[in-house]
Amino acid sequence: MSDLIMTGIRKQFSGVPALRSVDFEVKSGEVHALLGANGAGKSTLMKILTGAYQADEGTISIEGRKVKIESPQDAKQLGVQCVYQEVDTALIPYLSVAENILMDQLVASRRKGLIRWKRLYEQAEAILKKFDFVIPVKKQVEACTLSEKQLILIARAAAQQARFVIFDEPTAPLSNRESERLFAIIEQLKQAGVGIIYISHRLPEIFQICDRITIMRDGRRVFTGETQSTPMDEVISHMLGKSFSEEFPKLKVPIGNLLLEAKGIQGGKVRGADLTVREGEIVGIVGLVGAGKTELARLLFGADRMEAGTLSIKGKQVRPRTPREAVEAGIVLVPEERRKEGIFVEESVKHNLSVTTLAKWTTLGFVRRGLEALQADELIRRVGVKTANSNLPAGSLSGGNQQKVAIGKWLDTEASLFMFDEPTKGVDIGAKSEIYRLIGQLAEQGKGVLYFSCEIPEVMGIADRILVMCEGRIVKELGREEATQELIMYYASGGK
Amino acid sequence: METRKTSLFDLVYKYGTVAVILLVILYFSLTNPYFFTYNNITDILRSISIVTFVGIGVTFSLIVGGFDLSVGSTVSLATVTVASMMVWYQQGPLLTLLVPVVLSLIVGLINAFLVVKIRIPDLLATLAMMYIVNGIHMTYSKGYSIYTNMPMQDGSMAQGKFEDWFLWLGQGEVFSLPVPVILTFLLVIITHIYVNYTRQGRMMYMVGGNMEAARLSGIPVNRYRTLAYVLSALFAGLGGMLLAARIGTGQVSSGSTLLMDAVAAAFVGFSVFGAGKPNVFGTFVGAILIGVLLNGMTMLNLPYYAYDIVKGSVLAVALAVTYYQLRRRRNA
Repeated sequence: MSDLIMTGIRKQFSGVPALRSVDFEVKSGEVHALLGANGAGKSTLMKILTGAYQADEGTISIEGRKVKIESPQDAKQLGVQCVYQEVDTALIPYLSVAENILMDQLVASRRKGLIRWKRLYEQAEAILKKFDFVIPVKKQVEACTLSEKQLILIARAAAQQARFVIFDEPTAPLSNRESERLFAIIEQLKQAGVGIIYISHRLPEIFQICDRITIMRDGRRVFTGETQSTPMDEVISHMLGKSFSEEFPKLKVPIGNLLLEAKGIQGGKVRGADLTVREGEIVGIVGLVGAGKTELARLLFGADRMEAGTLSIKGKQVRPRTPREAVEAGIVLVPEERRKEGIFVEESVKHNLSVTTLAKWTTLGFVRRGLEALQADELIRRVGVKTANSNLPAGSLSGGNQQKVAIGKWLDTEASLFMFDEPTKGVDIGAKSEIYRLIGQLAEQGKGVLYFSCEIPEVMGIADRILVMCEGRIVKELGREEATQELIMYYASGGK
Repeated sequence: METRKTSLFDLVYKYGTVAVILLVILYFSLTNPYFFTYNNITDILRSISIVTFVGIGVTFSLIVGGFDLSVGSTVSLATVTVASMMVWYQQGPLLTLLVPVVLSLIVGLINAFLVVKIRIPDLLATLAMMYIVNGIHMTYSKGYSIYTNMPMQDGSMAQGKFEDWFLWLGQGEVFSLPVPVILTFLLVIITHIYVNYTRQGRMMYMVGGNMEAARLSGIPVNRYRTLAYVLSALFAGLGGMLLAARIGTGQVSSGSTLLMDAVAAAFVGFSVFGAGKPNVFGTFVGAILIGVLLNGMTMLNLPYYAYDIVKGSVLAVALAVTYYQLRRRRNA
């Protein structure tokens, strides 16, 4: 029996406690879910386990033996591996699959001089075969798909006889089919006696694959129990610290005139999309990862080049060639990649919020900072950004609050159509419900909303009408009442 | 414990540059009686003024997240053309000043075209431009510096001369303040206000902070990047003209050392008073540091070629501090 036990782990960051005496254990051969809202302390705890951070206090033991993990190397030597959410940070794109899988061995190798390529490829192949992964070992990682990259990381962990593997939001970039494959692999690792720590925001999959659940909140462990004997409501209420009866509240809003009409939109992955949005209407666009949702949003926003199609707003023809022209036409987008596209991490919350409306606060070219600050405070209050003041850098906020900033910057514009691309990705439940509330309010004001997401239950909860995308086309339109998860899934995966 | 250590670094980060300048001045003053004299101080300020002009140009390219390696060549080009306007072609103030300015703007526009439109990485595009512009100014001047009474190709003497009004820009004084120093103060104040208090300045910082987010926020990103490269070249050109006015010749290749000085000044400026980003005032302080060091080294009779070691080291330290701070902030 080899268990990994963390006891009394404490960690502070410049005086602010992130972990207040946390106990956590994983048995070998179990899948243990680690849950918690953003900022609950999950990642800090895992970073201590992988040697990225040092705990201020507390002990870690493996197989009853106390261990010291002072660097990522220590963790690897003890057989603790992590499959990171952002796979690209852990891979070298212009090397082959085999080199990436066996990277640690290559680095640690005592052999100086030449690499034995034949053996390298054979070894890599053997590891991939063990899991029935089909990736050519000589392929460049750059050319691999996201799910293949993840498999490479898993294979790398396996190549080092990992005893404990952390999966950090592994399904976030995967389609449903790819997720199912991942679960099979996790099951295989589990059978081989590997202890697995599974971090995810998606509760259904937690209940599908995990044996036990540990829930953290505010830097403490608040719950550990068997998955089988724990109802989902209880998990949600532990995460929130209060009961969450209505997960997706939906405001009743009268639907108004035709706002957006798009016909035959084509460009890149998008092979033809017709859609309409009315005032006060929330239209959900669902599809699996890779169906072309993000691409469609970017085409409508002028961020990518439209090859064909017509677009009209309130009956007026528009053809945005840049986001700037789209904004002028009243179309705005809250993009998927929050930190890369949605906010300016180094700039203050205030500057982030005023970036779209600064012209209003400009006289003779000069920014009137007082007015700008007033507007920022007003927006912070309206969208409920949790920040000490508007001068803090936006990057210092939690994911959910960053998203609120990314949304808030559009609220004072003249926009009439709001597009949201996966707005709740990596956002905790508390912030999620506030984002839903904001979107509901926009509809109430008569704005049109296009909500792009691969989270089917979310879209079902919030949308008046659902458009299903598959392989670059809108393949089905479903009313709020007739939509079921199964039906959506059927069309999204290519059913006719 | 941890917190106290960080605050010490922050203190050094914020005030380190200013402290180093003061220490260097103190050291040179104690070791050399001529260092802290009126003549020498004004001399330092004059040389700083040119580095400041070019450095502020570099700062603009850094603000929008770019980089401009061609400023040194642009300095040389402006120096040589402004001299030739007077010495070779005996032009009046209008064309003398206008031609180098227009040429600099063209260099800036070409840089912008290569980087913004063609999307060549900034370092590489401006590296190419650096050679092209350098070659142009050498070809134009046939490799000779341009000075009053210089011999021409046909054996005669050049008819024109460095006009007094022009020399006044680099050597004159107003109320015993050197003119270039006054110009520098004006430049620093105006550009400081521009980048910090106007909408255009703010937008440039936003573009540099996250180009994609800026584009998706509806900012005309390419317009601001173009503007930054044009301003970069413009200030380099102005710096080159000032240089000609100060030394009274159109020295070939005079700008090549200024590239390093200006870049070092701009990066030293990152940390001044904890700004953590390219900023005009910091660049000015950085230019002071470079100017004082160079002058001091001259006084100490260090071999000329050793200057590059010192300047390179200053840049390395400035970069080390800047990137260390960036990493710390990201991790926090």
